[in-house]
Amino acid sequence: MRSTGQDQQKIHNIWQRLHIDVPLLLGLLTLLALGLFLVYSAGGQETAVVYRKARSIGVALVGMFIVAQIPPLVYRKWAVPVFVLGLLMLVGVLLFGHVGKGAQRWLDLGFIKFQPSEIMKLIVPIMIAWFVSQENLPVKISTVILAFILVLLPTLLIAKQPDLGTSLLIASSGIFVIFLAGASWRLIGVCLGLASAFVPILWMFLMKPYQKQRVMTFLNPEQDPLGSGYHIIQSKIAIGSGGINGKGWLQGTQSQLEFLPERHTDFIFSVFSEEFGLIGVAALLAVYLFVVMRGLWIAVNAQHAFTKLLAGSLTLTFFVYVFVNIGMVSGLLPVVGVPLPLVSYGGTSMVTLMLGFGMLMAISTHRRFHV
Amino acid sequence: MSPRRVAIRNHSAEANLFARRTFIAFAVVVLVLLLLFANLYTLQVESFEKYQTRSNSNRIKLLPVAPNRGLIYDRNGVLLADNKPVYSLEVIAEDVGDIKTSIEQVSQLLNISADRQNKFFKSMKRKRRFKPVELHSRLSDQQVALFSVNQHKYPGIFVNARLKRYYPFSDLTTHNLGYVARINRKDANKLEQAGKAENYAATYGIGKLGIEKYYEDMLHGTIGHQEVEVNNQGRVIRTLNYTPPVPGKDLTLTLDIELQMIAKRALSGKRGAIVAMDPRTGGILAMYSNPSYDGNLFVHGISTKNYKKLLESKDLPLINRSVQSGYPPASTVKPFLALTGLEENVITPTTEVNDPGWYQLNGLPNKYRDWLPWGHGKVNLTKAIEQSCNIYFYDLAFKLGITKISDMMEKFGFGDYTGLDIHEENKGIMPSVAWKRARYNKSWYTGETLSVGIGQSFWTVTPLQLTQALTTLVNRGERKIPHLLKAKSELIIESSGNAYHQITPIEYEPRAPLKLRNEKNWDTVLNAMHNTVQKFGATAHKPFKGSTYDASGKTGSAQVARRKQGEKYDAKSTSENKRDNAMFIAFAPFEKPEIVIAVAIENVAKGGGATNAAPVARQIMDQYFGDRVITSQLSKIKAKSPTVIAKTSQEAD
Repeated sequence: MRSTGQDQQKIHNIWQRLHIDVPLLLGLLTLLALGLFLVYSAGGQETAVVYRKARSIGVALVGMFIVAQIPPLVYRKWAVPVFVLGLLMLVGVLLFGHVGKGAQRWLDLGFIKFQPSEIMKLIVPIMIAWFVSQENLPVKISTVILAFILVLLPTLLIAKQPDLGTSLLIASSGIFVIFLAGASWRLIGVCLGLASAFVPILWMFLMKPYQKQRVMTFLNPEQDPLGSGYHIIQSKIAIGSGGINGKGWLQGTQSQLEFLPERHTDFIFSVFSEEFGLIGVAALLAVYLFVVMRGLWIAVNAQHAFTKLLAGSLTLTFFVYVFVNIGMVSGLLPVVGVPLPLVSYGGTSMVTLMLGFGMLMAISTHRRFHV
Repeated sequence: MSPRRVAIRNHSAEANLFARRTFIAFAVVVLVLLLLFANLYTLQVESFEKYQTRSNSNRIKLLPVAPNRGLIYDRNGVLLADNKPVYSLEVIAEDVGDIKTSIEQVSQLLNISADRQNKFFKSMKRKRRFKPVELHSRLSDQQVALFSVNQHKYPGIFVNARLKRYYPFSDLTTHNLGYVARINRKDANKLEQAGKAENYAATYGIGKLGIEKYYEDMLHGTIGHQEVEVNNQGRVIRTLNYTPPVPGKDLTLTLDIELQMIAKRALSGKRGAIVAMDPRTGGILAMYSNPSYDGNLFVHGISTKNYKKLLESKDLPLINRSVQSGYPPASTVKPFLALTGLEENVITPTTEVNDPGWYQLNGLPNKYRDWLPWGHGKVNLTKAIEQSCNIYFYDLAFKLGITKISDMMEKFGFGDYTGLDIHEENKGIMPSVAWKRARYNKSWYTGETLSVGIGQSFWTVTPLQLTQALTTLVNRGERKIPHLLKAKSELIIESSGNAYHQITPIEYEPRAPLKLRNEKNWDTVLNAMHNTVQKFGATAHKPFKGSTYDASGKTGSAQVARRKQGEKYDAKSTSENKRDNAMFIAFAPFEKPEIVIAVAIENVAKGGGATNAAPVARQIMDQYFGDRVITSQLSKIKAKSPTVIAKTSQEAD
């Protein structure tokens, strides 16, 4: 661990003043730039799609920059009221929400429509990090149980929309905080046991038929190759036919001839694998690993339990995106609507992610503010 | 903000705990990444070939390309069967916004009947939405133009051009060529069974009759393939590879369309048939059955109304009388019977029979009458043929008996298929004791033998059988296989890019010759036939008066309805379909014959073979031997059609 003295010497550093963590920014920019190229290839080689993506990248970068200027203290101060407000909005979505693609995710406030579940991705780790950092680490069991309830509330509300992907990410972000806060291994074991006992209940009472179908399809996609299995089969064909070297940018037949569905969103990794092959895949995984490493480095070097937990949770949740998305398109996991972070087309989730990285940068560069 | 009491924090212990937990999390991250990578490695390296194949089979489709059907020419290179573009209006339902309204509007624009529209909607239900469905199968040029101007208003509806068979001489050639029509379920099943279905994947029609059916395999050609890249909609993006179809072989027939025209003109207004053959080869020069019908009607799918008209016509236009109608041969077979008598030694050329006008079997009351009420007096073989004396042949038949007659007649091909290269053939009836037993389960009566002696009784022949028998006779026993196909021509494309038609004449193995014990018997009979035409007062002298070639022949008048003993025949008082048939066979020139002809005309109003059938044969021969009546008309046709093949095929002959 480096001493704070060294950090203070860097005050002159222009990046430090701007509250920008350069290695992290480079990693993020690499992924965003790759996203631009892939969206062009996957979106029918239309510049309009690339332009829209570039615009949301701009918005996200500005958002990240603004968030990075806010001292982490402020998040902690506002954790409880914002969390409560978020929960109310989720209830609002269920009661008055807009239906899009068969799920209620949007809240229309008259002047703006937005997805409260996206904001919860940031609010939940802040809330849980605040909650468990109230006392000394490692956390006590009672705290863990309370924290679990706090995580469960938004998770269930979002799962009810239904938005399995987001609820999964939100649950993870909370659980990561608890884990990093030192929840005892025995407790973790009990929880895992309970969770696996919960699976049949989930299957029988909570999952919607289309969600069950997804799981069935995941287990045997070939049973309905033109129906529910189509996505995953075409995705695996795209990835597999890319081989080691790939077919070349804009040359992927699965994507260019539109055999691959949801090419520029959830299945963009398949496009990438088809066109850039295993070599490209290895490079991409390396970039993700780099971003995760940098995030964890920031977490470890953070000054306070709250910021450590928050930075660690945000970073690990980011990795959950990577794992779930790649696992799903390559047939390791059932199809859950999780985009490839920062690369997929789709502004909302990217902006949320970049705001999270803004927090990481804030944590990394506002160390002189002791609590 | 921190309402709870907080114990003094041990920051470094917390940091250590957090660092440990973070490290564990990081280790898990690395493990998960390795797991992901291992899975991708399996997909991209170990299963690469499997997925590459599946990716290719996703995008690469083989589209069948129909070969062009071989053309059919007459012996002089006149095009008899052509392929012409036909424009159909097709609809891809998927691409049409409001299908009901669009179809209604287009139908109104092009005046498409409600019937066709209903048919369209029915077949649309059966087809996939991205496959084209026909709304109109044959647009007129005007309709094509009208639609083209308005096409932009109707996405998903388009004009498609297809090559379809066209017979420029329509009814003149239908009975020989047959026609091509849409492949129906029965055809499809047959193709499936024969393992040819794949070769027909893009083919619209198949030969249903005549030459088109018999030489279907030669005419059809071999399917080609277009290897295309398609997108997920099945839409063609680009062509990757093209294997061109091999067009069908062009066929040159032995037919002479000019003779065919003459035959039609000579038979106009009559029911009957003509077959003319080259006795040197067995090639059919002309074969025409009247009335005929237009084969083009069937190419596009004949309407129920038109088909009913053809089916119900009393003149039976669908019957190819040249090969399908069994006519009593009547006196035309007398030369063959005379030859049998000579060969069996029951008569000699000088044997005389007295003809008082009737013939009576010993102990039987029935009198068999000659056509000349007062008889021909003393008659030998030559005179019996010249005058067509029935009494002589009653006597001859009696002496021979049915078995010797039918045995010999079978050697001339009566009562059996000739083997002509079309499938529609009737073998006629050559009656015999065994035949009658099998057919009627009755014994043979001597009286029936007498009727056989003048080509009546159960005996029926096709005009083609008559020409075949006459060919054997004029060839003095050398038998030929009657055929229509003279040569086939194949487009050869050399690797250098040179393309030419390779003509292969068709070889027909001669059948085992008919050997007589005494070769002179041929001459006796042939001379008598020569006299029949050339000698003043003989039965066929008048019709050939003034001809420039040396013709020979034999007339016949066949009784169609049974008459009571002693009943007089009067054509006028007999109902039309019971009147006599007029028959005639002829060949020319007498030395080294080049053409043999058989003519059959049904239910003539007046006279017999000499007055009705012989003049028809004469017109054909006049044409054949140089009095080219309609050559000027033909030159127009020739100018239009390329005759490259014809020239070479003539060389090949």
